[in-house]
Amino acid sequence: MGRAPFRGVVPAYRRNMRDLDAPRLPSSPGFWRSPLRGPWFTSVLGLVLLVGITVLFVTGLVSYAAYNPDLSPVNDKTPGKGILGFYLFAWPTDPHWLYRLNQGVHVTLGITLIPVLLAKLWSVVPRLFALPPARSLAHALERISLLLLVGGALFQFVTGVLNVQLDYVFPGSFYPLHFYGAWVFFAAFAVHVLLRLPAALRNLRHLREERSDLVSPRPAEPTVSRRGALWFVGGGSLLLLATTVGQNFDGPLRRTALLAPHGGGDPGSGPNGFQINKTAAYAGIDAAETGEDAWRLVVTGRTGTVRLRRDELLRLPLYSAALPIACVEGWSTSDQWWRGVRLRDLAALVGYDDDPPDVFVESLQRSGAFRKAALRANQVADPRSLLALYVNGEELSPDHGHPARIIVPAAPGVLNTKWVARMTFGDL
Amino acid sequence: MLRLLPRVPIGSPLQLLLLACSFALAAYAGVRLLADDWLGVALWFVGVALLHDLVLLPLYAIADRAAVRGLGAVRRRVGAPPTPSRQWGRVPYVRVPAALSGLLLLVWFPLISGMVERRYRFGTGLPADVFLARWLLITAVLFGGSALLLALRLLRLRRAAKHRPPVVH
Repeated sequence: MGRAPFRGVVPAYRRNMRDLDAPRLPSSPGFWRSPLRGPWFTSVLGLVLLVGITVLFVTGLVSYAAYNPDLSPVNDKTPGKGILGFYLFAWPTDPHWLYRLNQGVHVTLGITLIPVLLAKLWSVVPRLFALPPARSLAHALERISLLLLVGGALFQFVTGVLNVQLDYVFPGSFYPLHFYGAWVFFAAFAVHVLLRLPAALRNLRHLREERSDLVSPRPAEPTVSRRGALWFVGGGSLLLLATTVGQNFDGPLRRTALLAPHGGGDPGSGPNGFQINKTAAYAGIDAAETGEDAWRLVVTGRTGTVRLRRDELLRLPLYSAALPIACVEGWSTSDQWWRGVRLRDLAALVGYDDDPPDVFVESLQRSGAFRKAALRANQVADPRSLLALYVNGEELSPDHGHPARIIVPAAPGVLNTKWVARMTFGDL
Repeated sequence: MLRLLPRVPIGSPLQLLLLACSFALAAYAGVRLLADDWLGVALWFVGVALLHDLVLLPLYAIADRAAVRGLGAVRRRVGAPPTPSRQWGRVPYVRVPAALSGLLLLVWFPLISGMVERRYRFGTGLPADVFLARWLLITAVLFGGSALLLALRLLRLRRAAKHRPPVVH
């Protein structure tokens, strides 16, 4: 009986008698004694992961495209991607919450799936030790593929979970590791689904327990039903979801994300109090460089170079846009009310009156992966794309990019360059 | 000569084709994954799988078995009825909060342990020393809630026993 709690008396179980013939090695089927293991349990978890991981993979690819890596080398942390970038497209600016939603789903769902992944791996662990190591060539290759599947899944989840906590202990930059790791994992995942999905669906349709190597030949006394175990896994997912998802909303909802990196509360109060990715101190911004006397915005284009003081910028037409900050790490703010100069007006200043081109933006920031970033022509042309000088009715604070920062609808957080020093318009 | 070799079963040709296709894609991405620090990345890739299968899983399985045995022993000593349908009656009240608390610790260990405290505080402008306290509070709520549920259940059972007519059948 697959669906029902484990039924019947367990003959092999002898409570107070020492099992003299107890198998000592994990390679023997009798070593694994949980009565929960079986094709039904594994199939349910497998189908949840099939749906969940497919969403993770797709949102991951979309997130990768959102950086416009094919636009300019400064946006591309994976220059050797080759055909893996086959699907890239010009990232749109509509709807303005597109990246916020995509990345919120990617990270929040990934964290929520952790208990399901752990339970799935637990449910099939006897197979890791099964002997003989291979019954046929195809079986041997499938087992090698499973190493890529399990190693790949854990590698992706671990690098993701560490990255959102700013714990950069993994060997290299997050972008190439998580991107290429995703493709290695996906290769193994796709073939695993093709080979196993028919059996998984059969297991769920047929309510009787099929004979399977997963079912323990000498099961222990059950301490929970299979249904109970699934509820328990779901409860773990729910707990992680409940303590994470709030980091995508301002106000009281953020307070519910008790353990998420950008949950709990805001770093400040007032108009500039919302979430910060990297503070001015962290980015090494010197207050002397951003002062009224020192700072100049250097805009270069078809007709040459223009240098603008902040008060000169303020004399240009100012516009407002309500846009969120959405980070690759899976946190975001609600819409903030930005005010500043339209990027396409800045392009017009240097000779691009009706045809705003791409722009290359440089920050005062001395180091950091995205202190230089490129925006595509469609992003420059959007009337909501601003070089913001104010937020929520107040001057930008140093931590939010004073004296001026980029804000573009639907763009990943790091492409909204802070402490802008130089903008070069022209085809990249 | 060939006859002396043992016959190796090949298996399903379709399966072989699919696997070859998968390996080709994995290798294409794999050489790029390993391009910078091949040893480090390979160690991580295999290491996380080994750590999970040979350390984490056995650890929590042993801890769980010990907890179940411990609770079983307590139950027998107190002399609760060993009815099969109720035999796991009290185990979940300890097991579930402990596992959920452990899960949160596992996922958010860098923040809870404070190992990224400096970078986190400096980078985000948020206080970094709150996560341990929050995790402990959640743990307290989980165990407290579980204790409350168990107490209510015991109370209900006792009441039911009192109201039950003394004559059987």
